[in-house]
This record gives sequence, C-alpha cells and structure tokens, in this order.
Amino acid sequence: MIDRDQVLHVARLARLELSGEEVERMSETLSKVLGYVEKIEELDLEGVPPTSHVVDVVGALRADEPRPSLSREAALASAPEVLDGGFGVPSPG
Amino acid sequence: MDDLIALSGAQAAQRIREGALSAAELFEAYRARAASDELNAYTWLAEGAPVPASDAPLAGVPIAVKDLFCTAGVPSQAGSRILEGYCPPYTATVVRSLAEAGAPLLGKTNQDEFAMGSSNENSAYGPVLNPWDRTRVPGGSSGGSAAAVAAGIAPWAIGTDTGGSIRQPAALCGIVGLKPTYGSVSRYGMIAFASSLDQAGPFTRDVTDAALLLRHMVGQDPRDSTSLSFPEEIELPRAEDLRGIRLGVPAELSGEGIEPGVLERFRATLEQARGLGAEVEECHLPHAPHALAAYYLIAPAECSSNLARFDGVRYGKRVDGEGDLLSMYERTRAAGFGPEVKRRIMLGTYALSSGYYDAYYGRAQRVRTKIAEDFRAVFGRFDFVVTPTSPGVAFELGSKTEDPLAMYLNDFCTVPMSLAGIPAISIPNGLSEGLPTGFQIAGPAFSENRILDTAHALERVLAFDGSRARS
Repeated sequence: MIDRDQVLHVARLARLELSGEEVERMSETLSKVLGYVEKIEELDLEGVPPTSHVVDVVGALRADEPRPSLSREAALASAPEVLDGGFGVPSPG
Repeated sequence: MDDLIALSGAQAAQRIREGALSAAELFEAYRARAASDELNAYTWLAEGAPVPASDAPLAGVPIAVKDLFCTAGVPSQAGSRILEGYCPPYTATVVRSLAEAGAPLLGKTNQDEFAMGSSNENSAYGPVLNPWDRTRVPGGSSGGSAAAVAAGIAPWAIGTDTGGSIRQPAALCGIVGLKPTYGSVSRYGMIAFASSLDQAGPFTRDVTDAALLLRHMVGQDPRDSTSLSFPEEIELPRAEDLRGIRLGVPAELSGEGIEPGVLERFRATLEQARGLGAEVEECHLPHAPHALAAYYLIAPAECSSNLARFDGVRYGKRVDGEGDLLSMYERTRAAGFGPEVKRRIMLGTYALSSGYYDAYYGRAQRVRTKIAEDFRAVFGRFDFVVTPTSPGVAFELGSKTEDPLAMYLNDFCTVPMSLAGIPAISIPNGLSEGLPTGFQIAGPAFSENRILDTAHALERVLAFDGSRARS
C-alpha cells in the first residue's frame, strides 16, 4: 500500500504538483490499483525472460546521411517562451 | 443525401470512380452532418479537401482521424489541456499515406486524454455520447472515431489501440475495429502513450472497408524503427464459409466476468460459425487472467516515461512556478493533465522507481512473455482465438468514473492480444439490451488477411443493421 509520504515522493519524481486533496485521493486509488496488479505475485516466473518488445527487429538503423530537418522557426513556433533563438526557461536555481 | 450516408467507404469510392458521385459532394455531405454533430465526436473539422487524383484508390472518401495523430497546421491535442491549441509542424505517416491514397482529412476526433481510458470521459474536451443511447459512453479511448463512424458523421476513421482502444469502442458502437500486428503500421506522428503496445488501425462500418483502409496503412517507415514490412498485400475479404477453420474459445475470457446478454450473443455466433463449417472448441490461455494486472504496470510505466516530454518548454501549456525551473514543471503538469493521466503517471513512476522495479515492471514483463507463449501454444492447434470484445455493453456516463478498477476491467478481453502484439478485429455481434456487442477474432502475427476473411464470412450471416445509430 502506498501512503501519503510515498505519494509525495513519487509526485516529486514525476514532476507533478498535487493538492492536499489529490494526495489523499491518490493514496487511496493507487493503493487499490496496486492491490489488484499485485495479482502477478501469484505466478511462478522463475527463469522466465522479460519481454520488452514483441517483434524481433534487428539492426533497425537508417543510413546516417544528412537530410533536411525542421527550420529553427518551425521548431520554436509552439514554444511558450523563445529566448535568443532557443527555448526559454526559468533559472534551474 | 441520406443515400450517400448509407454507402460504405468502398461503395462510395466505387460511385465516385463510376462518375455517379463527386468526391466534393460526398465531402460536403459528411462535413454538413459533422458540423451539426451533437455527440461531441469531433474536436476540429476540415473546411475542404483537395481534389483526389483520378487514380486514387480511395477516390476522395474523407476520413476522421483520432486527435492524437499529428496533422501539420491542424490542432492535435490528444484530448489534453496541456496541448490545447497545439498545431504540430508535421503529419503522422499513416495520415499522410491515407491522404495520398485518396482519403483526405475530414476532422479530428475526440478521445480520452493521451488515449488513457475506456469511456472517453477522460477527454479535456468533454465526453463523447454513444449514438445508440446518448446517456451512455461510446467506449474509449478512440471514442470519437467510433461514434463518428457509427453515427454516419464519418464514412470511416482511424484510431489507436494500446490495450483495446480500437476494439472496445468499435464493439460498444456497433462497428468494425481492427488492431493490426504490432509494428505493421508506422507510429511516426502518433502522440505516444505506451510505445511497446500502441498501434493504429481502422474503424469502419464493414469488414471490406477495414481491409481497404488497412491496405493503405501498413508498411515499413524509416521514421519508425519498430515498423516492419508487411509480408503480403492486404486483400479484400471474400470468404463466405469457414470450412477448415479452427476457432479456439479461451475458457479464461469467455465465462466469468462477462455480462449474460453479451455471453449469449457470443455463444449464438459460435453456433453460426459451426454452421459455416468452422470447428469450434474450448482452449486455454492460462496466463490471460493476469494480463490486465501486467498491462496496468507496463502501460503506465511507459506512459510515465513518454509523458515526461510535456514540461512547458518546447510546446503546449506553461504555468509559471515560483521563478525556478522545477516549480514551473510541476505546476505546468499539475494544470495540464487530468486525473486519470496523473494517476497513470504516478503508477508508472512508482512501478519504475528504485526498489520496486523488479517486483512490478520487471515481473510484469515476464508475465508478458508467458502470455505470448500461451497464444503461440494455442495457435499450434487453432487458427484463431475468439472472445467477446468487451465484457459488457455501453455503460451509463459517469457510472464508472469514480472507480478506476471497474473501468480498467473493460479491457479484460482485449489486453492479452495487445501484450502479445498480435492482430485482432472486433465485429458487430448483434444487440443485448438494445445495445451493440462485439465479437473478437485474434490470430498470429501478420494473419490479418485470414482474420479479415473469417470476419467477412461471419459478418454475412450476422447481417448486423447499424442504420439506427445513423438516424
């Protein structure tokens, strides 16, 4: 089960600000969902390899050739803040 | 005009080719219907469409596209507040391929935020209503695409399926939905949810239309290194019987947890399959009851990683913090994401965090291996696995929003195929309580042509009438 402190720790890892009410609710619903997904503990999985990708793709590399890419203007067009031709951000502190 | 709307995509394309109908007339007929849409199926509508090339195979029959496919210069918001007004600088490969084949963009369709949901109630742009009963959900996450096709406000549509997001809404809206083999359709330009599972596919009124669209969707794309070359041409289905076809009915997915009315329709169709010459026998997918648990670790884990990109820096919404970068990130994401997306990000971050990785994510990936093995074993004896698509019919709006687990159980019959990466179709399987039910047919990787043939033979005898939803 996942308590209030764990919720706050995970929220920090996930870069999410949660309100006090959200923290309470998250603790409750995550505990419920985790209670369900822990069903997988029942299975004997000794020696079973993990699957991260279902189809075999080998050497899926394209040729490393220069080609046209987005212009700087197009790449910056949706940015909330543009600064000196780049993405503007507040100071990392 | 009603006559136009009654045509399937293939029939409309045929009329256009014969000169009996113009592509512009068809586009206008659908655009007019879509403009007065009361289901909230669309989030954006095209003003017009280019004149199709005279030899374009899809002849100008327009298509509705789930919002999460990037379309250059057109809002692509993935049902999220964090991408409100976002117009990407490029177009998804599959949208471009379909446009080149003669299916121009009709509009963008509503969806659960970032494709996370089974009811379309998680959209920042409001829920979509089910055209069979407007007090009920259309399913999700591709609810807008499914409702639009069912209601005849689009001739056909595309959506994406991660754990059932094409098949379940297709079932709940009484139309055909196909999730192709993982890798057969490019994911380039699809706003990602869970990259090892996401796959694009068609929503259509009949199986022939599904084959026709799929033909122009598959193919290797240099821009998606997980895409594969489909080993054969997608054919239009012709089968009228099922002689020699062996259908396996997994006991784990066709009994407990399925509504009685849905089960009754499912069993009636198994009898019809026998009548067409199919052998129908029980089979077992011993790990299928654990698929949902594995899925709700793997998909949130991948989502928590994919959604890290929404940080208020390069695109989308930004909310200022306390002058520093970290508080800007945290407030932007707090304001931009809805409750279900936050829940999945939290769940995924937790499952991947130090000390829990092996017990949750690592273990879920091992379950995934067992599920794929289960299918391989069954396909040694059977051509296809068949199940009800969704455990129930469309439920009432609001009835499951407070209980995430009840909502997740909608995916019980569709998630195992997603984890195994295999193709599966849902076809309309008659009504229960006056609402559509779905029949799911799943086969080995790249068996799409044979699945479509089997679905076609069944569709003929089921003779489902979806016209009520288009009135």
